[in-house]
Amino acid sequence: MTTTVRESAHATGTENAERSRSSRPGAERRRVVSQWLFVVPAVLYMLMFFSFPLVRNAVMSFQSYTPATYFTGEAPFTGLDNWRAVLSDELFAASLWHTLLFTLGSLAGQFVVGMALALFFQRRFPLSGLMRSLLLLPWLIPMVVAGTLWRRVLDQETGVLNGALQGLQLTDSAIPWLSSPDFALLSVVLVNIWIGIPFNMVILYGGLQEIPREIREAAVLDGAGFFRRFFSVTLPMLKPVVTVVLVLGFMSTVKILDLILALTNGGPAHATETLGTHTYQLSFLQLDFGQGAVVGNVLILVSMVFAVIYLRANREGVTR
Amino acid sequence: MSSTTSTAADRGARTTRAKRPDYLSAAAGTAILAVLLFPLYWMVNTALQPEAALAEVRWVPQTLDLGNFGRAWSSQADNLLTSILVALGAVAVCLALAAPAAYALARFRLPGGRAVVFGTLITQMVPGIVVANALYNAYVELNLVNSYLGLILADASLGLPFTIILLRAFMVSIPEEVLEAGMVDGAGRWLVMLRIALPMSRNALITGGLFTFLFAWSDFLFALTLNTTDAVKPVTLGIYEYLGAHVGDWGAVMAVATLSSIPAAVLLVLAQRYVAAGISGGSIK
Repeated sequence: MTTTVRESAHATGTENAERSRSSRPGAERRRVVSQWLFVVPAVLYMLMFFSFPLVRNAVMSFQSYTPATYFTGEAPFTGLDNWRAVLSDELFAASLWHTLLFTLGSLAGQFVVGMALALFFQRRFPLSGLMRSLLLLPWLIPMVVAGTLWRRVLDQETGVLNGALQGLQLTDSAIPWLSSPDFALLSVVLVNIWIGIPFNMVILYGGLQEIPREIREAAVLDGAGFFRRFFSVTLPMLKPVVTVVLVLGFMSTVKILDLILALTNGGPAHATETLGTHTYQLSFLQLDFGQGAVVGNVLILVSMVFAVIYLRANREGVTR
Repeated sequence: MSSTTSTAADRGARTTRAKRPDYLSAAAGTAILAVLLFPLYWMVNTALQPEAALAEVRWVPQTLDLGNFGRAWSSQADNLLTSILVALGAVAVCLALAAPAAYALARFRLPGGRAVVFGTLITQMVPGIVVANALYNAYVELNLVNSYLGLILADASLGLPFTIILLRAFMVSIPEEVLEAGMVDGAGRWLVMLRIALPMSRNALITGGLFTFLFAWSDFLFALTLNTTDAVKPVTLGIYEYLGAHVGDWGAVMAVATLSSIPAAVLLVLAQRYVAAGISGGSIK
């Protein structure tokens, strides 16, 4: 998905060039209309499936939108009632906090391991291409499947992880990975790190490949050690790619729902409730779509803060 | 730890690169692979062992017991078929919408074209649950809840922005003369796109289609929220419910999980280069 960013950067560049080249005055309206017909279906679709939900959620958060609505067909406006109800609930603050911990913890783990693997695969050895492909599997399987298989691995009594840890005498008692509020969020983060490593590795690997070999070799000749080379040469040159990986990673991680539902359903004792699962619970289990919309809007706001960073990084990519 | 090993191996790689394959790194790579893919191995391993033995799962199946797969298949075959139909439908919708849009955004000087590209990029930050929240209520009014069409349309949204951006980037680089030659024959813009631009963009179309298929196959959120009956139940939803109902029957649950991972594995083997291109397209150039 880096494609998105980098290629678009490239494309916007050409578009600029084209525009200045062809300032033909008075472009024929008919040409424009017939050309727009190519884009109209996709634009209408995106308005329906992306823009409309944003607007509808914003409006719904001020409405009493409950099961009664389906009988009466009415969703009366109730001002800030939904917002007040949601924000005063302790669960909301907990969800927000869990979302941040989950997202930042996942990103940090995925990035560090992904970077280490990307650096490792810089070397040429037999079957490295095949190995890089196989490593993608955790990222390609459905998240619900990943969640399900990790439930098996992390099972307190019969899971292989506790079995191995106890066999190696690393722990005396079985660790309640998913069944204790103290461990559940950590476990969910660890599983999500496992899922996200391949994505980080592939993008960072691609970025590393673009750094000219001579530059690194020059650093070696200057006597720079591994860490010095990494922090003074590699990382600064990789900065645009790193920004893209982290921002795209943030935007896709902050909204994760399937994995958490499959692993813990938000429990135990709401220990893994995030803004996403909280929205789901309110809207689709308690059928209070108005309150669900409030939490959904907060989730969008959190995403938006990072979208701004994303777009600024994108612009940086163009000027480069 | 990994950084220290890579320094040592780095040095080793430089001195031996020209002479001998770096078997030490290959061994290290194999070890990394073994650790990271172990959960997947465990899934298949558990699925292949008889239910009774699950308290003491062996590290390697002693006999090839397909009983779990039998039970998994009999309960999930319909759902797997639903998943395939929905995913193929989503691919069709996605490519039909994305191809002309990407072509126009790449080749025509459209007023407002930049805004569309910008908007397409932005859609990636809209959380699925927010879409579902609003969509469910709209679907109730449009009678699209519990329908194949409804789920296909929703799942297409998972791949559309990605496919538009990918195709557009590809089509920008088609030489102008090639397309102009098509225009000279008197063919209209649509014909030029269908006859020349799309065949030339085959690889990007395949990549976009593959990823849309995988996204739709993996979809859980829309399946969960836009269906209230069992009428349309993809396997992701099937596995979630199965897990809830058969918590002790890990063998069968892992068999279902294995079956639902097959498309990802098959695509990785058959279409490796497209998958790699999809994830890192921009960095290959």
